Amino acid sequence: MFSRRRLLQGIGAAAVTAPIRLGFAAVAMEQRLVVVILRGALDGLAAIVPYGDPDYRQARGSLALEPPGSGDGVLKLDGTFGLHPALQPLLAFYQRGEFLPVQAVATPYRDRSHFDGQDVLENGEPFVSSTATGWLNRVLAELPQDGGRRLGLAVGQNLPLMLRGPVETASWAPSRLPEAPPQFIEKVSLMWRQDPLLGPALLTGLKAQAFSDDVLASDRMQGRGNGYGPKAFAPLAQAAGNLLAAPDGPRIAVLEMGGWDTHAGQGKLAGRLAPNLAGLAEGLASLAAALGPAWRQTVVMAISEFGRTVAPNGTNGTDHGTAGCALVLGGAVQGGRVLSDWPGLAARALYQQRDLRPTLDARALFKGILSDHLRVADAALNQRIFPDSKAAPAVAGLLRA
Amino acid sequence: MLTRAAVIAASRFGLGARADEAAALNADPPGWLQRQLAPHAPLPADLAGLPPAKSYAREILQSRVDRRRADAETMKLIAQRLRPVYIEEMTLRTAAMVRSDMPYRERLVAFWSNHFTVSARRPVVAAMTGGFEREAIRPHVTGRFFDMLLAATRHPAMLFFLDNLQSIGPESRAGQRTGRGLNENHARELLELHTVGLDAGYSQADVRALAKILTGWSIGRLQRDPDPGAYRFQPLAHEPGTKTLLGRSFREDGEAEGVAALRFLAGHPATARHIAGKLARHFVADQPPAAVIDRLAKLFRDTDGDLGAMARGLIDLPEAWDEPLGKIRTPQDYVIAALRATGSRIDGPVPVQWLNQLGQPPFGAPSPAGWPDRAADWISPEAALHRVEWATALARRSALSEHPTAIADRTLGAAMSGETRQIVTRAESATEGLALLLASPEFQRR
Repeated sequence: MFSRRRLLQGIGAAAVTAPIRLGFAAVAMEQRLVVVILRGALDGLAAIVPYGDPDYRQARGSLALEPPGSGDGVLKLDGTFGLHPALQPLLAFYQRGEFLPVQAVATPYRDRSHFDGQDVLENGEPFVSSTATGWLNRVLAELPQDGGRRLGLAVGQNLPLMLRGPVETASWAPSRLPEAPPQFIEKVSLMWRQDPLLGPALLTGLKAQAFSDDVLASDRMQGRGNGYGPKAFAPLAQAAGNLLAAPDGPRIAVLEMGGWDTHAGQGKLAGRLAPNLAGLAEGLASLAAALGPAWRQTVVMAISEFGRTVAPNGTNGTDHGTAGCALVLGGAVQGGRVLSDWPGLAARALYQQRDLRPTLDARALFKGILSDHLRVADAALNQRIFPDSKAAPAVAGLLRA
Repeated sequence: MLTRAAVIAASRFGLGARADEAAALNADPPGWLQRQLAPHAPLPADLAGLPPAKSYAREILQSRVDRRRADAETMKLIAQRLRPVYIEEMTLRTAAMVRSDMPYRERLVAFWSNHFTVSARRPVVAAMTGGFEREAIRPHVTGRFFDMLLAATRHPAMLFFLDNLQSIGPESRAGQRTGRGLNENHARELLELHTVGLDAGYSQADVRALAKILTGWSIGRLQRDPDPGAYRFQPLAHEPGTKTLLGRSFREDGEAEGVAALRFLAGHPATARHIAGKLARHFVADQPPAAVIDRLAKLFRDTDGDLGAMARGLIDLPEAWDEPLGKIRTPQDYVIAALRATGSRIDGPVPVQWLNQLGQPPFGAPSPAGWPDRAADWISPEAALHRVEWATALARRSALSEHPTAIADRTLGAAMSGETRQIVTRAESATEGLALLLASPEFQRR
C-alpha cells in the first residue's frame, strides 16, 4: 500500500496532483449521494404495494399480495401502501423517518426498450439520444472543485453512463488478481502515457486503488462480491459505504444491481423477485451501517429505467411497463411517508390500458435532491444537467429542513 | 517481423497472431482471412462429441416433475450439474479459440453468439450456452442470416432465456384451459436486438403481434412428446387468428406463420441496416463511417443476408485496414490473444476464471443486448488496472523459451511503437518483458 502511494507521487505527476488552485479555499463537501441503478425494470407495484387501492386485487390478479396484518401480508406504510415482506430491513428506516418510497414515477421515456430506457435514465435527456455523458457527471462539474480529488465513484467493473463524462471519477471493484509490482506499473504507465483512453484510465485506477486499499484493508474484501445474483450486491454496497465514509473519500457513488427483468416466475413471496428484493434491502442496510455517522448527511436513491405491467402476463411474470417506484433513503431524507400523486389502478386510469400511469417525472425527483442536498443551482439543473427540463420542476421538501 | 497489414489481419479480424502463423500472414493478409471462410468448416476438435443442449433442457424438465419440490430440485440440478457443465463447456470453448487455425471465423462465431445473446446469468441457461453456439450459430456463420435467426429463435437455450417456451396464446386451447397467456419478452428482443432494431419504429402492437405469432414455439414435454427438451411446436398453445406485424398480415398458419414472420423480418431493410451497423462497429471502428454501413447494408440486401458474403465484404473494405488500431480488445479477445502469443498451455478452468475477473465471463452478458462494443465500455479505471495486473499474472505462469522481443516481433511486429519496443527490450527479466508486451497499448488494441 505504502509503495503504491509513493509510486503515485512519482509517476504522471501532472495528471494526478492538484491543478492550479484558484483563489479560494477548497470547500469540504460532507453531503453524500448514492444512486443505485436497478437494471432490468423493477416491478414497482411489487416493492411498494398499493394494497389499499380498491382495484389492486383485481388488477394484480395472481401477483396480488395480502394486506397488512395477515401472516404473509405486506408491511404497512400507510393506509394505501405497504412494503414487500422481502424489503423488511427497510421498515426500520421508514419508522425512523429516513425512508421515502416514491410511487408512479418515470423518466420522460415512454417506449419499452431496456436499453433506450436506461440511456434516458442515465444521460438525463428528455428523449432518446446518443448523448454519451451522464447527468451525474454534469453534476460533478457544478460542484466546488477540491484540487484533483475525485468526488465521483463507480462501484463495479463498469463505468455506468450516468457517471461518464469529462469530470474524472474513481472506480472500485473487488479483485482476486494479485497486485502488480510498482516498478512494473511505472513502466506500463510510460507506455500508456500517449494513449488517450488507456493513459488517464490507469492513473485514475491507481489513485482509486491506493485510496480504497487504505480504507478497506483490502484483503478483507478479497473474493467477495465478485459475480452476480442477489447476494452479490451487499458486499459492494458495504464497500461503497466505507469509501464514502472516509474524510477524504468520494462523495457521489453509483452502484448497479441487475436481475429485475421478471418476465416469468416472478412470484409473490417466493419466485424470482423476492430474493432480489431481499438482496437489495440487505445491501441498502449494509451501506447505511458502513457510512456510520456520515449517514446523517446521505441521500440514497434506487431507481429503474421503467416499471412493469400492472396485470401479470401469461407466465406468472410481468412485461415491460411505464411508471415504477423509486426508493429514497438516508439520514438527510424527510421520510416516513410515501411520496405519490397516486393515479390508481382502475382500468381507465392505466397508461395505454396496461401500465401504471406516471404522475411524477423522475427528473423532478433528481432535481429536488440535487437542489436541496448538493445545492446545485436551478439554472444548471434546468439547462445543463437535465436539458429542456423546465416542465419538470424540482420536487420540494424531500430533505429534512 | 509482422507487417502492419498482417497485424491488422491477425488482430482486428482475428484473435492475435500465433507463433506459427507469421509467414502465412505476411505473405497475403487478406488471403489468409479469405481462406477461413469455407462454406462448411468442421467443428473445432475441442468441441467434438459434447452433448446437445436439449439434453440439459430435458434434465431441467425432469427436475420439475415433482411439483412440490420443483424449485428446490432445479436449484440442486443447477448447483451440482449445470454450473459445472457450464464451466467445462466454456473451458473447452476458450481452448478451441486459443488453438484455432481459423481465428477470423472464431471471431465471427463470437460476434453472432453475442448478437443472439443467451446468458448464463439465467442459471438454467448456463449449461446450454455451449450447445447453443454449436447448434444455432456455427452452422450458419458463413450461411444465411435467416437460417441463423430461425435456429437461434428455436433453440432451447433461447426459448428458456427469453421465456418463449412458456408463452401461451390467451385464445388458444391451452390458454383457455389454463388461464395462462402471453409473455412478450422474446418477441420484443427479437425485433429490437435480433432483427430490425429500434430505429425501425415498431409499436407495442407489433411486439404483441409477434409474441402471438411465436406462441407454441416451445420444447417437447416429458412422456408426451418424442424428444423432450428439443424444440417442438405446441399447436395447442398457438394463438389463433390473423396477426399484423409491421404492416404485414400473417394469416393463421400455425408454426409456418412464425417461419414466414422471421423470413419477413430477415429480409426487412431495417434488419440489413441494423446488422451492417453492428458489423461495421465491430470490425471497422467504434464510430464507423456512414458510407461503410451503407455498403454493408446493400451487400446484405443484395445477397439475401449471405453472412459468408458479408464476412468477405468486411475484408474488402479499405476502411477496415485503416491505422492506427482504434478498437480495444474485449477481455475475451485479450486473454485469447495473450495465450496465442505466448503459446502458454493453461489447463483447466483458469482462463474462465480470468475472464470473470476481467469483467467478461463467457456467455455471461448482463442483458439480452449482449456485450458492448465500444472502447469506453471496456476501459474503466478499474478495468485498466485489472488488465495490467492480469498481464503480470499470466507472464509469471508462462514458461518462456524465447526472448520477449521475439514474441513482440511476431505478434505486434511493425505496429509496435519504438518506445514500447524499447521498454520491452530493456525489461529486467524475460518475465517482466513478456508482461510489459502483454500490457502494452498496442496489445490492448486491435
